[in-house]
This record gives sequence, C-alpha cells and structure tokens, in this order.
Amino acid sequence: MAEEKKAKKTVSPGVLALRKVVEDVYADARTAKAEGKLVGWSSSKFPCELAEAFDLNVMYPENQAAGIAANRDGEIMCQAAEDLGFDNDICGYARISLAYAAGKRASRKVDFETGEYVMDPNSGKPLKDENGNVVIDEATGKPKKDPKTMQPYTVLDDIHEIAALPEGREKELRLAAIKPYRQMQMPQPDFVLCCNNICNCMTKWYENIARMCNIPLIMIDIPYNNTVEVHDSNVAYVRAQFDAAIRQLEEITGKKFDEKKFEQACANANRTAQNWLKVCDYLQYKPAPMSGFDLFNHMADVVTARGKVEAAEAFELLAQDLEENIRTGTSTLPFPEKYRVMFEGIPCWPKLPNLFKPLKENGVNVTAVVYAPAFGFVYNGLDEMARAYYKAPNSVCIEQGVAWREGICVDNKVDGVLVHYNRSCKPWSGYMAEMQRRFTKDLGIPCAGFDGDQADPRNFNEAQYTTRVQGLVEAMDAGIAAKEAK
Amino acid sequence: MAIEALVREFEQVAANPQAQLKKYKEAGKKCIGVMPYYAPEELVYAAGMMPFGMWGSNKKTISRAKEYCATFYCTIAQLDLEMLLDGTMDLLDGVITPTICDTLRPMSQNIRVAMSEKLPCIFLAHPQYRKPEFGMKFCHDQYTHIRTELEKIKGSAIADADISEAIRVYNKSRAARRAFVKLASEHCDVITATKRAAVLKASWFMGKDEYTEKLEALNAELSALPVCNWKGTKVVTSGIICDNPTLLKIFEDNNIAIAADDVAHESRAFRVDADETGDPMTALCRQFAEQDYDVLLYDEASNKNRRGEFVAQMVKDSGAQGLVLFMQQFCDPEEMEYPYLKKALEAADVPHIKLGIDQQMRDFGQAATAIQAFADVLEMRK
Repeated sequence: MAEEKKAKKTVSPGVLALRKVVEDVYADARTAKAEGKLVGWSSSKFPCELAEAFDLNVMYPENQAAGIAANRDGEIMCQAAEDLGFDNDICGYARISLAYAAGKRASRKVDFETGEYVMDPNSGKPLKDENGNVVIDEATGKPKKDPKTMQPYTVLDDIHEIAALPEGREKELRLAAIKPYRQMQMPQPDFVLCCNNICNCMTKWYENIARMCNIPLIMIDIPYNNTVEVHDSNVAYVRAQFDAAIRQLEEITGKKFDEKKFEQACANANRTAQNWLKVCDYLQYKPAPMSGFDLFNHMADVVTARGKVEAAEAFELLAQDLEENIRTGTSTLPFPEKYRVMFEGIPCWPKLPNLFKPLKENGVNVTAVVYAPAFGFVYNGLDEMARAYYKAPNSVCIEQGVAWREGICVDNKVDGVLVHYNRSCKPWSGYMAEMQRRFTKDLGIPCAGFDGDQADPRNFNEAQYTTRVQGLVEAMDAGIAAKEAK
Repeated sequence: MAIEALVREFEQVAANPQAQLKKYKEAGKKCIGVMPYYAPEELVYAAGMMPFGMWGSNKKTISRAKEYCATFYCTIAQLDLEMLLDGTMDLLDGVITPTICDTLRPMSQNIRVAMSEKLPCIFLAHPQYRKPEFGMKFCHDQYTHIRTELEKIKGSAIADADISEAIRVYNKSRAARRAFVKLASEHCDVITATKRAAVLKASWFMGKDEYTEKLEALNAELSALPVCNWKGTKVVTSGIICDNPTLLKIFEDNNIAIAADDVAHESRAFRVDADETGDPMTALCRQFAEQDYDVLLYDEASNKNRRGEFVAQMVKDSGAQGLVLFMQQFCDPEEMEYPYLKKALEAADVPHIKLGIDQQMRDFGQAATAIQAFADVLEMRK
C-alpha cells in the first residue's frame, strides 16, 4: 500500500524540469528585487521577447492569480479587492492581482505572545495508522486529524501596514507570517507591461496597478479582430507599438535595445512554442499518455518563461517522457480513459480536485484544451510576430475561434465538449453558446456547459457541474453507440 | 413654441424610438443602427442615411438573447441583440458594432451571426492609442472600412464634401446639447431630471439637423427665462446611462436637480467636436483622438488619476453638492474605475452614492431609499 502510494508520486524528469523553470523565474525576480534591479509585471500574452532583450525580470499576474486561487487564497484576496472598491463582478484574476498590488497578502494567523501560528481546527486530513485506516478519537468518536496536515488560520495582512510598524517582534512575525508559496512572495512591480489581446479589462487592470504603484505602463493595444486574417493595417499598428515600447523600455532601463538578445528570445519563444505544441499533440494518441489536466499545470511555463531556453528544453524533456509512456503503454492519467473531451475555457483553479472528481469517476480524460493552439504560435520576423500576438483566445473572431477548437477536437479525437461559462471572463464566455451549436453541428459531438470561475470559488456550483458532466457522459455514450451502429 | 410643447415632443421621441424608425423609413431614409460607443455617426449622416442610436431599452425583457449570452453581461448590449432578434429593429438597413469593451467584443460576433441573413453588420475596432500617428492611421483605416460598407448600403460613394457638411451639422448639434446641459442646470425648476434625460435621449433617434433646430429653439426659450432660484440640491450624474424616467422621478421627488453629467449616453458623447476644415476623415479620427476622461479609453498618463480628478472638478465647477454614480451592472470599465473615482471625490470632499442599475430593473424601492438618504446629505452641503 505504502509502496503503491510512493509510486503514484513519482514525477517524471520533464515535469520536474518544468517546475524548476517556473520556480527559477520567481526566485530570480526576488533576487533581482533584493539587489535593487527592476522587476516588471506583465500580462500573459505581452510580447515577452521585448523584455527579454533588456534582460528584465518579469512576473505574470495571471499566472500568479491562478496560483493563489489554486492555493485556496482566491476568496480572501478577491474579498480584499472588493473592500478596496472593486466590484465582485470584475475578473477574479484582476481582483486578486489588484489586491496584491495594493499590498494585501494572505497570511498565517500568529499568536504574538508565543510567536506560534494559530491552527485552524477545521483544516487537515484524517490521521491514518500504519495500515492506512483512519484513527478515531475515542473522546469524540470522530476521526483524529493528522497534525502534519493541519494549517493555520488564513488572515489578510498588508505590507504597507507592516512596513510602517516600528522595528521589533510584531513586524518580524507579521512579515514571516505571509504565506511562503511563491505567488504570495512575488516582488512588487517597478513597471508594468500590458497587452490587451486577452481582454479590455486588462487595460484598466494595468492602469490601476500603474496608479497604485506610481510606475510606468507599457501598453500594446490589440483591437479586436473580425476576420480570420490579420490585415496589414492591424499589423502596421502593432509594429509601430513595438517600436514605441522599445523606446519606453530604453528609457526605463537606461539601456539600448539589444537586437541579438531579442533575436535569441524570439528563437527561444519559437522553440518553446513548438515543443509546447509537440507536448499537446501527445493527446492525439488514444489512449492518451497523459491527463489533459497536466497541461493546465504546464501552462505556467508557457506563460512565464516562453522566451527562455530552459522552458524550451524542459518541454523537450517532457516530450521524451511522453514518448516513453507511449512505448510502455502508460499514462499520467490515474484511471482508464473511457471518454475524451475538450475542456473549454480556463479551469476553476480553486476547485481543480472538484473538477477532476466526476471526470475520474466517469473515465473522462481531457484530451483537448484551447491553450494548445493559443500559446503554440511560431513566427518569423517582426511582422509575423505582430500577427502572432494579434491572435489570442479572446481577440479572434468566432470563425477563427471555432476553427482552432474544431481542429483540436478532430485531431485529438474527442467525444464531447465541456464548456466552462467563466464568470470572470466576459470576452471568452460571450460567444460560447454559438460555438457550442457549431461544435455539435459540424462535428456531431455533444456539449455541456457549467457555471464557474477561474479564481473566485464562490462562483462554482459543484452539484451543477457534476450533473452536467453526467449528462455529457450519457450523451457521449449515445453518440459512441450511434457511431458503432454505423 | 412654448417650452412645455417642445419638451413634450422630445419626450415622445425618447419614449417611442420605434415610431421614429418607422417615420424615417416611410420618408424613404435608410436607417443604420449605431451601438455604443464613439461610432462616427457623421459618416452615416453624410451617406444620406439616418443613424439610429442603440442603447438598449427600459421596456424590454431579455429572452431570445439568452440563446447567445450568459446572464453576466451588460443589459444594454443584451437588449440590443434582443431587439435585433425580436423584430423591433427589423426596419434597419445595417448596424455598426463597436468593440471597445469586453461585452461588445463577443457581442459583435453574436450579432453578425444572428443577423447573417437579415442585416449587414459593420464592424468597428477603435485603437486605444488615439493620439500617436500610428493610432490615427489605424483609426483612419477603420473609419474608411465603415465608409466603404455604408457606401455599399447606399449604393454609391459618399463625397468628402458631404462628410464635411455632416461634421458641421454634428458640431452644431453638440454645441446645442452642451448649451442645453448648462441651461437645464440654470432652469432646473423647468427642466427636471426626467425632462433633461428625455431631451438628450431624443438626439439618438432624430436626424441631427431636425433635432438641433428644435433644441436651439428650446435653448432660446430657456435663455429668456431668469435663472431659477433653486431651493433644492444638485448633483452630477456619472455612468453609462441613466435614462429611466421612473428612476429619475425619484430625484425630482427629493428636489434633486442635475447640474451636469459624466454619462456615456449623454455628455461623454458630445464633449468633443471635429475640425470643420481640412480632410474630413482625418478630422473624425482627430475627434476620437481628443476624447478623454472616459472609463472606456486608455489613459497614457495612467499612473495619474486624471479621470477621477476631472469628474471631481466637474462637480465643483457645476455647483453641485455631490455625485450620483449609476453603476451599470456587469460594466467592467465603470467598475474598474470606481475605486479611483471614489478616491478623487473623497479628496475633493465631494459626497457620492453608487446606485447599481440595469435596464431590466422594474423595482426602484432600494434606489429610492438611497436617494432619499443622499438628499439629506446634499442638503447639509448647500
């Protein structure tokens, strides 16, 4: 039993390498900040190649917010933003990021007398004996908690309040109590890089950060596109902005734009993208050598380190792991793959286990995610780079959006589509109803939608989700039976 | 004509846009729906067609639009789609769909899909870099696309001279509306909150020449009156839209007049004129470039709180005692800018309230309580 458990936790070299890449990006930024160097915050699909050309350390608030949400601190940070006046209808990532930019932190409750953390009795997992059985507390008749898994209460703190405290014990304890995971230890920004190809909300989100922190904002504006083709007019507009952004970065850093470094970053970004696509394409195998949920974790690398050679190499390693899985007939999916679906949208990060549970129960593997084509862009030269950045999930017309998705649905042989109507993301969810109709019409596959949120756990209804997954499974059964009858 | 009669005409237009659409169609005009925000209506006018504002409806219920969007979208956009689907706007010959917010982006696609066999949809994506040459160039390309698409509907070219003439007509209309806003404050005993809203709303459903002529007549009548000795209080309104007569009536009931506004459907739409000389297409792009202090627009000086301070100053300059923010539900841009508007208002010692609204609201009990309480706060500031 114990051995089996250990085997489950074995992590492949590729995954380890990918984890290290992200850890290093955060660690390097913390070091840079400590050394008085500039640290920037960037939207996920800002042309990172530009910042790489200046050797800048850049952090990614979307990735950070996802991490904070996955660490179960989405709600307290969202609430903190609401207390600052940001409406709870605003994107959960934006709320978490704005609260963080304002200095709010999820922290552990400290007893200032003892210096100990105050444990939350509701936290922790049941204690198990050496045979794996739950240990019952004789006094209460309830399972005993494993003290190693218990967590302190989470409280909200503020770095500006802490900074204003006189030097001493309270200041030290409060600083040390801020949660230690990397996303809660991200350095504050000295400049921000915003590209609104993701959404318009991004524009106002970054303006707010610039105001809160009184720092420069470098903006790349990508107006929405109504055609599959990106016209020369749009390319010219973005190209000119690249030049303006370079001038701004030269001013901020006091350095000249290093063309060689820029070209190297472009080469790295292309290589990362190619390897990311290669990894995503392993989901075409039936059964797949991995769980599609793995891609959600690996996205952190595509977002935070696309322009770094380490990311490109780590994805190559992962591809080798997957190749080995194919050869040996194994998979990271912890159950037999019975159905294959496309998961549409950003996952509900605070509820990943809850998302996974009914999929596991029904043998459903996610074998297609739209992030594959969305971040798998390869280009040659600045014009193509402008065109590539013009195509983000929410900046493309419905025909392009459908083509991307139907392409991976066919290639990755899905039996159905699970659509996340994401309360945080208006541009993404805004044409999904029509897309669902097209998937069913064009591909003859069933779709099911559920309501959720990428970061705010209050907007996810597990009962509804489970029912919708069940409905989708039944519809997929009917579809598969009909296909077999033919 | 007497003030009352003129106001009544505007009120009738504002209350029944569909009758206006029918009237223009019967007169042989082609009509183009114009969704928010900042579409160059002048091009529609120059084409000899009637631009028809589409700002949702206070009387409709969202039903068919649900086939396209989830609930968490601004009701203005949802109701525009609803009216396109339910036949209300069947007489239109085309629709312009700007995409400057996250709801309008996917809505432009939904409308194009839903109207594919019914109506030409003219897409518009404004640049957020408005002033630099590359932004002006992109705006020019976008406006040229609109001109070309309108020419297809018209069946012939739109002459530059006609665009220049349209600019003159629109500048005159904007000037008249700006003058009216001032006069409405000076004569708030006559031009109450509901009347003010109706007069301004009517501009979206009338040919601008016809509208301006009537408005100038009203302005002349108002100018002839002595400035009223207002015993009540005054506010500045802010938000996307506040045209619901039932809601505005609550202001009247509490003796609150509107001194000025920072509303997208009202003053934000007529703050900036276009050059009457030179290339008219460039003039329209320059006009967009000059737009400022708007939640929908990128501010290159984003580390400053220019917009918040501008609105706070507007309250001071207008002689109002406070500000009422009509927070359109699910409007990200308004919601994102609220904390810094609040900060600027507090710094300027301007009291405010935030009223959550949407166009499907039918019960204003909660709003009435908030406005009543705010009236007492304003009274103490006089």
